[in-house]
Amino acid sequence: MLSGAAAFEPSAVQRPAVSLLPPAERRRCAPSVAWALAVAQEAVQSSGLGADTLSVVFVSSDGDGDIVHRLCSALATPAAAVSPTDFHNSVHNAATGYWSIGAHSPAASTALCAYDASFAAGLLEAACQIAIEKRPVLLMAVDLPYPPPLAPHRPVHHGFAVALVLEPGTGLEISLDGGEPTAPPMRVFEGNASAACLPLLAALARPDEAVVRLPLAEGTLLVRKR
Amino acid sequence: MNALGVTAYTATTALGRGKAVMLEALRRGKGGLKANDFDRAELRAWIGRVAGLEEAPIGGALAEFDCRNNRLAAVGLGQDGFKESVSRAKAKYGAQRVAVLLGTSTSGILRTELAYRQRDAQGNLPRDLHYRHAQNLYSITDFVRQVLALEGPAMTVSTACSSSAKVFASAARYIEAGVIDAAVVGGVDSLCLTTMHGFSSLQLVSDEPCRPFDAARKGMSIGEAAGFALVERGAGPLSLLGYGESSDAYHMSTPQPDGEGALGAMEQALTRAGLEPVEIDYVNAHGTATPANDRAEDRALMRLFGKRVPVSSTKGFTGHTLGAAGIVEAIVCFLALEHGLLPATLNSTAIEPGLESMVLLENRAAKVRRALSNSFGFGGSNCSLVFGA
Repeated sequence: MLSGAAAFEPSAVQRPAVSLLPPAERRRCAPSVAWALAVAQEAVQSSGLGADTLSVVFVSSDGDGDIVHRLCSALATPAAAVSPTDFHNSVHNAATGYWSIGAHSPAASTALCAYDASFAAGLLEAACQIAIEKRPVLLMAVDLPYPPPLAPHRPVHHGFAVALVLEPGTGLEISLDGGEPTAPPMRVFEGNASAACLPLLAALARPDEAVVRLPLAEGTLLVRKR
Repeated sequence: MNALGVTAYTATTALGRGKAVMLEALRRGKGGLKANDFDRAELRAWIGRVAGLEEAPIGGALAEFDCRNNRLAAVGLGQDGFKESVSRAKAKYGAQRVAVLLGTSTSGILRTELAYRQRDAQGNLPRDLHYRHAQNLYSITDFVRQVLALEGPAMTVSTACSSSAKVFASAARYIEAGVIDAAVVGGVDSLCLTTMHGFSSLQLVSDEPCRPFDAARKGMSIGEAAGFALVERGAGPLSLLGYGESSDAYHMSTPQPDGEGALGAMEQALTRAGLEPVEIDYVNAHGTATPANDRAEDRALMRLFGKRVPVSSTKGFTGHTLGAAGIVEAIVCFLALEHGLLPATLNSTAIEPGLESMVLLENRAAKVRRALSNSFGFGGSNCSLVFGA
């Protein structure tokens, strides 16, 4: 679809089953974690690298809206009794925590947010880890629609999750830049910060060299694909 | 790794505003915990609350950012000439060459929590929720970068209670990679209902001031804090020498009992610093005073250091400041390095039998050349930092 060979036909996606996780964790994890881990598992399998060898960078512009909604609803009641599972699932690094359990990986992991610039911030972090620590990195990003009544305050219309396995090499060059962001394909995902990766995915889907600019808080992250 | 200079720092905690106040409180053994009076939480707990935030709204051009967490950040940035130090770095390197990398676990969620209590009959939230400028995790970093007029890379690290330790690792990599020359690192976390009731739901909150490593400890005391450090390329009188990051791969809210992940983070930090365990003079433990954390951390400390290295947890002074704990306790290490003060584990009187590390129950004066700080979070996220002077 990103290379232009097929048309994009939107369809509803059910919560993915994450075979990586033990049954208890599979049941307990939030929808955003299930989405992130499903794409991460697929990316790692196709990379041929061992899941426990990868450092992990997780980004989301918001975290899991369902959990925020349940916690805030519970806290608005007189007893303010929250579910302990909701609480430990509310940490922004829940996806990396579950990933490390499922992948049996003691590797470093981090979880970042830069609002609408979250994806590029994660790519920059991953690139610096690769450059300095000379190790492969699993980058995962996810943003899902917020439930009412939060939705009007943070409109995300369609869910999007992406995972990339990046390793030391010369395929991508990354630098800070002041240029305008590259217009993303698939405008249907506008408003989803994780989908800000689409210009990069489109460049990766095509065989030719490309330059894309992804939005940072200030300026852009320039990615040159060899 | 190449050492990174720490050229300015400041902390605002329940002990008060600025580093001199913190040093004095540590010296005198006077903690900042009080019985819970956070007006919206009816819990039997002790908290480390920063005074005066209710009377310090954010106005002017950044008024949209007004929330407890950003108020705390504004107060914190105003101490110890920190803004002036950042201005100097900005003039030296250029605004685009100075990053803002901050940790938080809950940002301004308190505003959303309160907004849920004000939903209308149809269930709608008040229109002035300011989701982006309050609740969102990036709010704190966005606010600080605008206050400081910095234009370098900016992001929030949110890995629960290791957040504001891990920002040092990111800053070190960004500087080493040549992306920036300096960074404002640190973190801000403020009292809110989610953490007060959430930790309580896990039965991790004590109904008395927390007593890390003590036989009679009953859990943690939650605190709030803002802490900032300016780090720059090249070693200085005070430097970050090493960092280590690892994952427990064990459980979302319980540490691996042998402290395997904690040990991995500390070993990595020492390796990057090029130091042997015997070269560490002081360890500021994560030491939350929950039964599981302190046992696992003690195991890890014993496996690496044996009984030789003095260890303390300063959470009895400040409370557990969650996403700000990494920077607050890095600053305790800076004070230890600069003033030769190894602070006591306040409120603790009798170490649990079976815990074997050399936990300090009294202040000790000693030359400190290298200090290590531990920060561990939910999701099994571990970070250790080594600082030197």
